[in-house]
Amino acid sequence: METYFWAFVVGGLICVAGQLLMDVGKFTPAHTITSMVVAGAVLAGLGLYDPLIDFAGAGATIPITSFGNSLVRGALAEAEQTGLVGIITGIFEVTSAGISAAIIFGFMASFLVRPKG
Amino acid sequence: MSNKQKKKLTAVQQEYQSFAKVREPGRPVAKNILRAFIVGGVICIVAQGISDFFLWNFDFTEKTVGNPTAAVMILISVILTSVGIYDHIAQWAGAGTAVPVTGFANSIASAAIEHRSEGFVLGVGGNMFKLAGSVIVFGVFAAFVVALIKTTLAMLGGS
Repeated sequence: METYFWAFVVGGLICVAGQLLMDVGKFTPAHTITSMVVAGAVLAGLGLYDPLIDFAGAGATIPITSFGNSLVRGALAEAEQTGLVGIITGIFEVTSAGISAAIIFGFMASFLVRPKG
Repeated sequence: MSNKQKKKLTAVQQEYQSFAKVREPGRPVAKNILRAFIVGGVICIVAQGISDFFLWNFDFTEKTVGNPTAAVMILISVILTSVGIYDHIAQWAGAGTAVPVTGFANSIASAAIEHRSEGFVLGVGGNMFKLAGSVIVFGVFAAFVVALIKTTLAMLGGS
């Protein structure tokens, strides 16, 4: 039960950070999400994001910051084995599920659904 | 409007800009933050439930369970987008629905549905990544730089 509590708190706080960028920083939604992905990549580089995932579970893996973290993790894991080229070949290793699912389901939706209005 | 743009305006226009700025309704920041916190948190609770389901019923570890969870959340988000519910929630929740991965899926699905009338290749295929594209471009480039720095440091330290 405790994991659910921390998933709620941490996930909620990351969304609050995004909302602050939008309201106080006057970022557009696109700028907000892009900044958060970059922030996730930087946190991954500092080694801070994985401990957050251990602590908060889905609260840290579901916000888009985790996309930046996964890109870095994939690149680093592959680079450890094959050297610098591994950064290029490994970058999408971990995030493949998210991107593929979004493309496939989104494309299927365009067959099945008619736009409104 | 930035100061650079302001200089190009005539005196009257500048006067109007400052006039409008004072009367612009303030954003209800506290309310927006509360909504983003609640909705974002609830989305993460749902995802935690899905990931526990995968952990208990299938052969996943804590490390690998993130991928199928994200895929299921994306599927749910695409379905909610298709029936038109997601946009209603998004209007209420602001960043609470935009920041989780479901918002990423929503931006792809809604662009795909919206541009269908322009044909599948130019419309759907070309516009799907209109918003998500910038996320991927900046994410990948940032990850490249970070990974390059870390790998180089590791190589220098290791030798």
